[in-house]
Amino acid sequence: MSEQNVLLGMSNISLSFKGVKAITDISFNVNQGEICSLIGPNGAGKSSLLNVINGVYQPDNGQITFDGETRAKMKPHDAAVKGIARTFQNIALFKGMSVLDNVLTGRNLKVQTHWIQQALNSRSSVRDNLIQRKKAEEVIEFLQIQQWRNHLVSSLPYGLQKRVELARALAAEPKLLLLDEPMAGMNKDEKREMSQFILDTKKEFGTTIVLIEHDIGVVMSLSDHVVVLDYGKKIGDGTPDEVRVNPEVLAAYLGTKH
Amino acid sequence: MMGFFFEVLIGGLLSGVMYSLVAIGFVLIYKASGVFNFAQGSMVLFSALTFVSLLERHVPFWLAFAITMLTMIALAWAVERFVLRQLVNRPPITLFMATLGLSYIVEGLAQAVWGAQVHGLELGINDEPFEFLGLLLSQFDLFAAGVAGALVLLLSFLFNKTRTGIELRAVADDQLAALSVGIKLQKLWLIVWAVAGFVGLVAGLLWGARLGVQFSLSLIVLKALPVLIIGGFTSIEGAIVGGLIVGASEKLAEVYIGPIIGGGIENWFPYVLATVFLLIRPTGLFGEQTIERV
Repeated sequence: MSEQNVLLGMSNISLSFKGVKAITDISFNVNQGEICSLIGPNGAGKSSLLNVINGVYQPDNGQITFDGETRAKMKPHDAAVKGIARTFQNIALFKGMSVLDNVLTGRNLKVQTHWIQQALNSRSSVRDNLIQRKKAEEVIEFLQIQQWRNHLVSSLPYGLQKRVELARALAAEPKLLLLDEPMAGMNKDEKREMSQFILDTKKEFGTTIVLIEHDIGVVMSLSDHVVVLDYGKKIGDGTPDEVRVNPEVLAAYLGTKH
Repeated sequence: MMGFFFEVLIGGLLSGVMYSLVAIGFVLIYKASGVFNFAQGSMVLFSALTFVSLLERHVPFWLAFAITMLTMIALAWAVERFVLRQLVNRPPITLFMATLGLSYIVEGLAQAVWGAQVHGLELGINDEPFEFLGLLLSQFDLFAAGVAGALVLLLSFLFNKTRTGIELRAVADDQLAALSVGIKLQKLWLIVWAVAGFVGLVAGLLWGARLGVQFSLSLIVLKALPVLIIGGFTSIEGAIVGGLIVGASEKLAEVYIGPIIGGGIENWFPYVLATVFLLIRPTGLFGEQTIERV
């Protein structure tokens, strides 16, 4: 892995909650355009790590380099401005809104006009609305949810809600996409479909993706790069083939012989 | 006989509009943060007291209005900066307790600065009744209804036409997700509290002109509560309809049921009505029904 096309660099990140260590001294790099999976048993610190990347949690120690900028602290709003979009482990859609409106909120930071222009319905605001609408429709088409476009999201089945959440994140045209268990609770067909959408996202938009997933089969077929966590520590880092034969990883997943 | 009924009904509807005005302030903040802002009543008192004190110092009407509005914006800023920002992601009951404390601070502040005596407020509108199609109507009530109508139109226009409306709904649904798409929670809270301050100012002027500007003005919170339960906490339309229902029904009850059981119904009848609503339709007429998959 060459150094110059690193998009996200995590160095010596530690995080604790009231003295309980969630993440201990973790470092890894994510390269431009790759799919990087975070795996590990429950409670290994995967979601915490994702929350550190998008600024929901502030790490106690360590630095994050994103797109050439190094920082120790960042708020979720700044992360969104810098081009980090995400989905959540428990679907976090705006339940009272239609699919289209949900996806449109993803365009929030791309809106160019001021509220006074919007209130006065100025020509620039009409044009701006059309642009946002068009982009949202493109994403909706890409993820094949056109037929539910005007449905209330809370009326859709679980698998589709997951897809709408992905659509909202993609609508922001992010540089880095964080997916927290995008396939949790899905059956085999739904997983295959979602995997394909994730691969297509990478191919079509060149988006760099960091995801958390429990299904090892899916992880191995999807990822360019796998980082393995256990008890808040990094125990493996490499290509799927490298990680597969790493003795520490095998021990964590299968138990060691004593 | 019929004429008298309509007189009472229309009088009730018009006084209900005054309740709606107070209730709208609650709805705005409830929608943005899921919190019943107990301090709305003291914001009404604070704005009315500031305005009337400026008038008494010979500040022209519109300048006094502008200064009071700026004061309300400053208050919104302070609330966001020193209260809301500190309590992000805390449960609603914590925020409610904070607004309870806030109401005492704002009330105390208002009286420390402007004193505790009762002030008369003259808006220059005649409060004498006049006859229309054989019915006696109050000019002041009609004026208040007109102001409330204009206010609602302005608010719905702003919230439907601009991105603020959709951002408001997003924040009400899921704060974390709203942050992740780059919605600025703090800016939104400032806007909403400032608008609620504006609504409080309008309500304060109309109520102050009717009752005199005094401490008890902050107790109109208690009138807004049944309005919100009947109309729903999340809808401005609900606040209007709820206000009309409360206003009309309390006046009719006073006139027609009052004599039978000895009068004084007006004060508690809205609460009976609200209790019935809680049993039949807990989300109110216009409140959002939450669908939960189990």
